[in-house]
Amino acid sequence: MTTDALLVGTDLHKAYGPTPALAGASLSLRAGEIVAVMGPSGSGKSTLLHCLAGIVAPDTGSVTYAGRAVDRMSDVERSALRRADFGFIFQFGQLVPELTCLENVALPLRLDGMKRRAAEARAADWLVQLEVSDVAHKLPGQISGGQGQRVAVARSLVTRPAVIFADEPTGALDSLNGEKVMQLLTTAARDTRAAVVLVTHEPRVAAYADREVVVRDGAARDLTRVDVAGRAA
Amino acid sequence: MSIGQTFLGLLERQPRHGYDLKRVYDERFSPDRPLHHGQVYATLSRLLKHGLVMVDGTEPGGGPERKRYAITDAGIADVHAWLEVPEKPEPYLQNVLYTKVVLALMTGRSAEQILDVQRTEHLRLMRDLTKRKLDGDLTEQLICDHALFHLEADLRWLELTAARLDDLAARVA
Repeated sequence: MTTDALLVGTDLHKAYGPTPALAGASLSLRAGEIVAVMGPSGSGKSTLLHCLAGIVAPDTGSVTYAGRAVDRMSDVERSALRRADFGFIFQFGQLVPELTCLENVALPLRLDGMKRRAAEARAADWLVQLEVSDVAHKLPGQISGGQGQRVAVARSLVTRPAVIFADEPTGALDSLNGEKVMQLLTTAARDTRAAVVLVTHEPRVAAYADREVVVRDGAARDLTRVDVAGRAA
Repeated sequence: MSIGQTFLGLLERQPRHGYDLKRVYDERFSPDRPLHHGQVYATLSRLLKHGLVMVDGTEPGGGPERKRYAITDAGIADVHAWLEVPEKPEPYLQNVLYTKVVLALMTGRSAEQILDVQRTEHLRLMRDLTKRKLDGDLTEQLICDHALFHLEADLRWLELTAARLDDLAARVA
């Protein structure tokens, strides 16, 4: 593992009942780096993301973020870490249906204690950056899937997280909307120096990353370091 | 790539000199592989011979570069017919990757490694094309997207083949 790694998962094992989801997966991420995590359905890539993000604790192995042992934190501590330093984008956006798009984007800031006006001003800026300022006062049910994902990306960036975790962010979108979301997400991430863990099964989406890690049968392999003889470096 | 019909399409919009046709063609359709001057004038000679274009002006100085070409009615009909007919889809049935995988299985080598190495190379090129696309204009984006979709098709095949290796090994043995 590199010494300047921001987030490091080492030899992670996780089983759900008798079913092993991770069987010795390792991944390290530097500040500002975008890493695509690829693999077939059921390979363990979403479980890897959940362990790295502190959403679940691995059965064995370690997760370190900025030198802190995430896997040894309490639920409360991991929840605080996620709120402070991480942003999330899921396949179906998961916006709160009763809040406007502007309120959805402002929500993480409000949960952090920011006053409403200031939070919504910052949220409005992010809606402009993601080219969806025209839906600010609409409810999630009133906008298209592509617009909804851009609102979700804005929400993930509004607290200026150090790491964004994106799980199939374009999975429910057509090609054109998917391209737009990836362009805006990667541009915004690079502008803010956020690192991104991007789970995807689509090679064209993975091509927006700096490198790819392939997960098969619960183990992860960095394919950008595979040499001609097929040996991992 | 049909250079002649592309020239006709450009000339249908307005008459042009030979050097201008080459410039527009290279910029819009072939930035990575500009036409040779010889190709340009051989194509224009052929179009002239078949009555699809005519010379409608010459600048002083002589030489083919100074001639201005205009499309004829026959040329318009020709490009119209070309645009109306779909291109023959290429099924790519001759597949080098498939051959390599089968040979690996037959000679006791790791077919999975061959697929992984190929996957790495494909993804590297896809990353380069994606960077190029992000920095480019709409033309560049469309050209890069075409290449990216083809590369993605290869990768989907690689993934499917990796999942079928045990079956394939049993048949090859």
